[in-house]
Amino acid sequence: MSEPAKSTPASCALCIRGLRKSFASPRADSVRAVDGIDLEVHPGECFGLLGPNGAGKTTTIEICEGLTAPDAGTVELLGLNWKSGANELRQRIGVQLQETQFPEKLTVEEILRLFRSFYRRGLTIDESIRIAQLEEKRRARVGGLSGGQKQRLAMATALVGDPELLFLDEPTTGLDPQARRHLWDLVDELKRGGRTIILTTHYMEEAERLCDRVAIMDHGKVIALGSPRELIETVGGEDIVEFAVSPSESLGPKPAKLPFDPALLTAIPGVSSHRIDRSLHQLSVSELHTTVPGIFAALAAQGLHLSEFRTHSASLEDVFVRLTGRNLRDE
Amino acid sequence: MSNFETSSLWQLTLTRLKLTLREPEAIFWIFVFPILLAVGLGIAFRNRPADVLPVAASTPQLTQALAADNGLHATLLDESSGRHALAIGTILLLAEPSPAGVVYRYDDTNPDARNARILADRAIQIAAGRRDPVSAANDLDHETGSRYIDFVVPGLLGMNLMGSAMWGLGFSIVDARQKKLLKRMVASPMPRWQFLMAYLLSRLVMLAIEVVVLLGFARIVFGVPFRGPLAQLGLICILTSLTFSALGLLVASRARTMEAVSGLMNLVMLPMWILSGVFFSASRFPAFMQPLVNALPLTAAIGAMRGNMLQGVALSQMMPLIGIMLFWCLVPFAVSLRIFRWR
Repeated sequence: MSEPAKSTPASCALCIRGLRKSFASPRADSVRAVDGIDLEVHPGECFGLLGPNGAGKTTTIEICEGLTAPDAGTVELLGLNWKSGANELRQRIGVQLQETQFPEKLTVEEILRLFRSFYRRGLTIDESIRIAQLEEKRRARVGGLSGGQKQRLAMATALVGDPELLFLDEPTTGLDPQARRHLWDLVDELKRGGRTIILTTHYMEEAERLCDRVAIMDHGKVIALGSPRELIETVGGEDIVEFAVSPSESLGPKPAKLPFDPALLTAIPGVSSHRIDRSLHQLSVSELHTTVPGIFAALAAQGLHLSEFRTHSASLEDVFVRLTGRNLRDE
Repeated sequence: MSNFETSSLWQLTLTRLKLTLREPEAIFWIFVFPILLAVGLGIAFRNRPADVLPVAASTPQLTQALAADNGLHATLLDESSGRHALAIGTILLLAEPSPAGVVYRYDDTNPDARNARILADRAIQIAAGRRDPVSAANDLDHETGSRYIDFVVPGLLGMNLMGSAMWGLGFSIVDARQKKLLKRMVASPMPRWQFLMAYLLSRLVMLAIEVVVLLGFARIVFGVPFRGPLAQLGLICILTSLTFSALGLLVASRARTMEAVSGLMNLVMLPMWILSGVFFSASRFPAFMQPLVNALPLTAAIGAMRGNMLQGVALSQMMPLIGIMLFWCLVPFAVSLRIFRWR
């Protein structure tokens, strides 16, 4: 833990109350990027802001980082706020922004030495290079780094001041799967170090893998809040069954998209909800081994033929789908 | 590591210097280009030894008479080839005998040909026995400081300091803004004034190199004079660089793209390239333009440099010029600090 003694004992590392922010837009009068958000992040927690592009995650995190002024609402970090404690706060937080491009002609070591010079206390250059696993690239110029290495360098510049609170804005966007897993391991190590981490992502598997708690955002609002497990439980089952049907040939011509009563499905013990998306039926199910035969039986009784059938464990994606009726990556 | 080495201002300045020196194009424009320009202009406008003018005559006697003059190179040509040589410009004048004496064929709109006419006539008259009533002697004086190269070196220095300060600041600031590096920097506890100060400090280091390279070259190769105190010339150069750094900062304070900042930069610099007397005296512009011309920072900077180097004028006697530069330094700096876009 890197909590200095003078830190005010705050129950939350980050408290957001009634946050609002609108931007002028060429089309509409203004766009409400953040539309009334309240959040509390506890010390030592890894907290995720999850949502599709344009949900307001980056605006929210940039307000927290002191880069954007909110239209309304308050932000308190480590018991301080941006109006009176900006200099102190910048010393105690670490920030990794989306799409920062460091100068191509500087080396990894030079950039870290530069950033280290801004902080009163912090890691040594060697430590930050080791944590970011850039030992072999120490004297390499930024221009010669891979996407994953650049992202780890950005992470190292955020860590070099040994922050109590770390903001990571879409740390793995645009990385290949291997580089992404590499970065996840890095975040795991930081979590073990006891730092409070706030990250945004639009990859639900990332949020599930890394975050203790998640706020799902959509259109500038928090639409769900809890641990990934709690949120997934709200879907009503541990598994999702997806299937598509066509009329059974033996029963002769019937309307192609035949309406059948979803109540027949939800009546099956273990099935908690039903929705249909582009003729694909989705059921939230617990006790997969007993409900699936029930589903088969119900469909057969309707004279319907299964053209597709699959199951997967419920994920945050399903939470988002249930709350908004849209897929996370649709937009 | 000492406190100095870990101080953020030092690290920021060092980073700026490294970034400049790792850009080969910058090295060319800052150090090589002004020397190439000085060499080119020095060659074009060099003070030649008094030219020997090529002339011809159509008789051996006349040719001999002409050859007696040091300023003439005389050849014997018959009339038709002489006229041909005159037409294609290999000779400036053709002397032909006439019943009355001699006829000079030449183009009186060509100054060299008119000189040839004077020299040729004098040579022929002397050969014929003329005596000058007054004896005249020549004392030749090739004064440095009054040559074109002496005039143009301070102009090039001023132009170069303007260009390197404005491009140096403008481009790298907008580049950092475009790449979201500025935003990343202000998200750290870096004091913002240090970021801008590092630009000015690294400029001063580059400035010392630029000034010494250009003026040293001009001194050694062309013997350009330094009549005023060198320390004061140094101060003038520092003030010039700060002035154009402030203008560069102003130009870069809002622009989001390289295209925008290039356009603004040219808008600011082009009038000064033309009006501020880099290559010829700004006093040649008509009287109604003089207030505008004199209010430009580059006019003031070059004026002060020429005053120091060519006339040895003390700084204390050039306060109006210094005042103009200070104005162009302080006002843009204050404005750009207010309007600077950090993200």
